[in-house]
Amino acid sequence: MGTPTLHFSPKDRYNAFLTTVEDAPYCEGPLSGRGVAVKDNISTAGIETTCGSLILKGYTPPYDAHVVDLLIRAGAAIVGKTNMDEFGMGSTTEQSAFGPTLNPRDPKRVPGGSSGGSAAAVAAGMVDFALGSDTGGSIRCPASYCGIVGLKPTYGRVSRYGLVAYSNSLEQIGPMARTVTDLSNLMVVISGYDPRDSTTCERPYRHKPHPSVKGSKVGIPEEFFGEGVDPRVASVVWDAISVLEEEGAEVITCSMPSMTYALAAYYVICTSEASSNLARFDGVRYGPPVETHLPWHEAYSERRRIGFGPEVRRRVMLGTFALSSGYYGKYYAKAQVARQMVSADFSRIFNEVDLIAGPTMPSTAFPLGEKTDPLAMYLTDILTVPANLAGVPAISVPCGEVEGMPVGLQIMGRPFEDEYVIDAAFTYEQGVAT
Amino acid sequence: MVNEREVEHIAHLADIGIEKGELEEFTSQFNAILDYFEVLDRIKTADREDPTLYNVFREDEVTPSLPQEAVLENTSQKEEGFFRAPRVM
Amino acid sequence: MSGDSVEPLVTAVQPLGTGTIIGLEIHCQLNTRSKLFCGCSTDYRDDPPNTHVCPICLGLPGALPRVNRAVIEYALRVAKALHCEVPLESEFARKNYFYPDLNKAFQITQYDRPLAVRGTLLIEGDNGEKEVGITRVHVEEDPGRLVHKGGTDRPKYSLVDYNRAGIPLIEIVTDPDLRSPKEARRFLHKIRATLEYLGVFDSEKEGSLRVDANVSIQGGERVEVKNITSYKGVEKALTFEVTRQRGVIRRGQRVTRETRHFVEARGVTTSSRSKEEEQDYRYFPEPDLRPMRVRDWSDAIVLPELPDARRTRFITQYGCSPEHARTLTGELRIAEFFEQVADPGAPATATWVADTLIGELNYREMSVSSVPSSYFRELMQALSKGEVTDHCAVEVLRSLLDQLHAKGTCESPLACVARLGLGKAGEEIAATVAAEVICENERAVADYHSGKNEAFNFLIGQVMRKTKGRADPAALNRALKEALDMRGE
Ligand SMILES: [Zn+2]
Repeated sequence: MGTPTLHFSPKDRYNAFLTTVEDAPYCEGPLSGRGVAVKDNISTAGIETTCGSLILKGYTPPYDAHVVDLLIRAGAAIVGKTNMDEFGMGSTTEQSAFGPTLNPRDPKRVPGGSSGGSAAAVAAGMVDFALGSDTGGSIRCPASYCGIVGLKPTYGRVSRYGLVAYSNSLEQIGPMARTVTDLSNLMVVISGYDPRDSTTCERPYRHKPHPSVKGSKVGIPEEFFGEGVDPRVASVVWDAISVLEEEGAEVITCSMPSMTYALAAYYVICTSEASSNLARFDGVRYGPPVETHLPWHEAYSERRRIGFGPEVRRRVMLGTFALSSGYYGKYYAKAQVARQMVSADFSRIFNEVDLIAGPTMPSTAFPLGEKTDPLAMYLTDILTVPANLAGVPAISVPCGEVEGMPVGLQIMGRPFEDEYVIDAAFTYEQGVAT
Repeated sequence: MVNEREVEHIAHLADIGIEKGELEEFTSQFNAILDYFEVLDRIKTADREDPTLYNVFREDEVTPSLPQEAVLENTSQKEEGFFRAPRVM
Repeated sequence: MSGDSVEPLVTAVQPLGTGTIIGLEIHCQLNTRSKLFCGCSTDYRDDPPNTHVCPICLGLPGALPRVNRAVIEYALRVAKALHCEVPLESEFARKNYFYPDLNKAFQITQYDRPLAVRGTLLIEGDNGEKEVGITRVHVEEDPGRLVHKGGTDRPKYSLVDYNRAGIPLIEIVTDPDLRSPKEARRFLHKIRATLEYLGVFDSEKEGSLRVDANVSIQGGERVEVKNITSYKGVEKALTFEVTRQRGVIRRGQRVTRETRHFVEARGVTTSSRSKEEEQDYRYFPEPDLRPMRVRDWSDAIVLPELPDARRTRFITQYGCSPEHARTLTGELRIAEFFEQVADPGAPATATWVADTLIGELNYREMSVSSVPSSYFRELMQALSKGEVTDHCAVEVLRSLLDQLHAKGTCESPLACVARLGLGKAGEEIAATVAAEVICENERAVADYHSGKNEAFNFLIGQVMRKTKGRADPAALNRALKEALDMRGE
């Protein structure tokens, strides 16, 4: 008797996948025979893993990421690797070296990013669920733009072993699905302590969502409805919050003054870490080979100039600058203080409320090619980065539309209360359904 | 604010080639972003917070290494079990 | 280039020590079973390239480091032996630079929060015992190994082996307290002995030690000398460098701050034109690892007997001279060998080990660990029982060491004595030889009997030649005298 396989050959009209596995093997388990799409920055043994970059074209890892290992053991079939902004550096999936992914809700628009391929694959119904990774909103942003559910777990709840690092101290792998129940089922499989990741905790997620916001307090930071947030998006999100209120939650407005610094701090930290993480891509051990007859410095520079796209080069250089002698104190050190201020704001607010809610993104998905200025693009992450800086769980759940494009409600919770965040999203989802 | 020469120096440090034709745009984008980062200047330095998690260690046990073929699998530039790399002298 | 130099001309030639300031950065491989951040074996030396490598030490995308507890324990032992303070919290940091031997393009090391700081080590200085300050002790990973291909002057490319990548290193940085190349060598010897006594280091493994030195002399800037990879190399490199700097100043030029490389084969330091001065390592805390709080581990460590304590014990327990005690305790293997062969009934053993054996071993570049202690003891016993002369014992020892050097094994000392006929000649042999010599030298015998004393000296010389120095000189003297007197009657 051979190993059972799942046949998978979707019409990928949205360029969601970079690699598909036509006959994906699976074993017995809770997810037996269910196809899972995996973001292309998560290592899969024997399956090309490019991170959406030319510099990793042809690279097949000799090992599985911890989460992939867990998925396979749970019976899931790994059906493919999904498109993404190169190394996760983007909010639209337009920065992929292999062409943009299109938004299944309107193929003229971006799906969000950087986990745009995973979001599109789920939204288009090609798979029930997918893995993404979220450094500053990369799961929640495309979930919001494509109208699906996406969770950035508490930092330390899901092993990063095998996740190609962009910004180690900020990112988490997380589940994406069309329903909160599916998302929760996936989270059960991928969470838990992994000795190979020194930043994980012994806090497995073993939960079945149930509607329960009765009596809980939901804080609404005024900064989440500030300047830059599309008023139509704000209005849809307020309506969603009132659904939670109808379900028994008490809504309290609050304030997060550290939001002033959060985005700048986020970009200093993630580019700094990235400048170091991406230094290893030199064409010696993997990826398209480096020219060995040149002096090494020249050879590396050329290999990396060709191998990386402009946004990656920009961020690597920004991070190099932020860490360089004479600037460390001005940028990196200050960003760490700002990060502590964000955490302190969350702690203070969570002394009074159980959950924090607001929009996931300031707008709905915009047309492909519309945003070209890097800083303008960075500014769209303003509402998602605080959760990464503080390491708290945050979910985006679809909560309505503006001109036919989905809007996401973002719900954040205390560290390691991913269960509570998922329950709140489930409550909203069920509340709208009935 | 940085000028084009500084941007070239940063590219050198990051070992990322940059072409003359790209310099102007890179520099102006760089400066717009650095200008945005100026907000951090308003922050006073502070003591580091106590870590919530520390002393994470593994025991001194030998585990299997990869077979040499797997180590060299992802490169075409190999020679007698070694990786081939650019010259350093 | 120094037309506008305002440096005074230094004309007086000063001894090498005067005004010299030296600080050392010593890197030693710690002898744990597995690497610093992964489970690959550290026993790589005889194996093919890239066979002790995994996703972590190859720096594959997505792999994460995990700290080996034993490395931290070993380093804390060293820190304690060096009387260091262990800060409440320490952490790993990334040192970012590109080089083909560096798998991740950064080295995980420690920067502003090292494992231990502010210690001391006692050494035999140029003017008696002195305390050398230890600035810091930290741990870091070794990079891989490069082989240059395509000829020595202009290699076309490099070959990389990552077996060594991730081997744990301890870095010990001294204060600028050393005042001469000789003190630097003594310091290094003391560090080596201390690390070996602590059981954390094996100095006999090739490439297990690397030293960088900061050297300055009065009136000059600090020069960093890199790439010193042997114990002997330290004194050689520093002597060259101090002499070079003195020459520069004597010529009225300026010693400028730079990095130089020691070329062991030629015994010189050369300016490395690489842009070391421009290096900007962009250190930041390693985000994949958690901080360490290990001060209480350090408190709990019970140190073994260290070189100074053992030296004192050797003097009292075995009656060694202070000089011999220092030599015998200067290397763990020598000290342990000595304890195996020492015999309170044979006080000469200390001299034999400290002077003769070590000298013969050094001559052959052999380690004492290749000498079976039982054989050495047997030889010492034969010596003390008068079965061989001092002269013969040296010859036996040489023969045994040559055999060990050639094939790793040797015959027993007594077998060697028998084979070479090196046993102390008895009275009978002495008498036979004396008779032979008398027969062969009629004229000298006649001269002797006519009262010429020089003739006796000539005859005894002949006897000695025939016995090849194996016989007890006193016995020969007696036998010859007896035989001559019998003839004279
Ligand atoms: Zn390894």
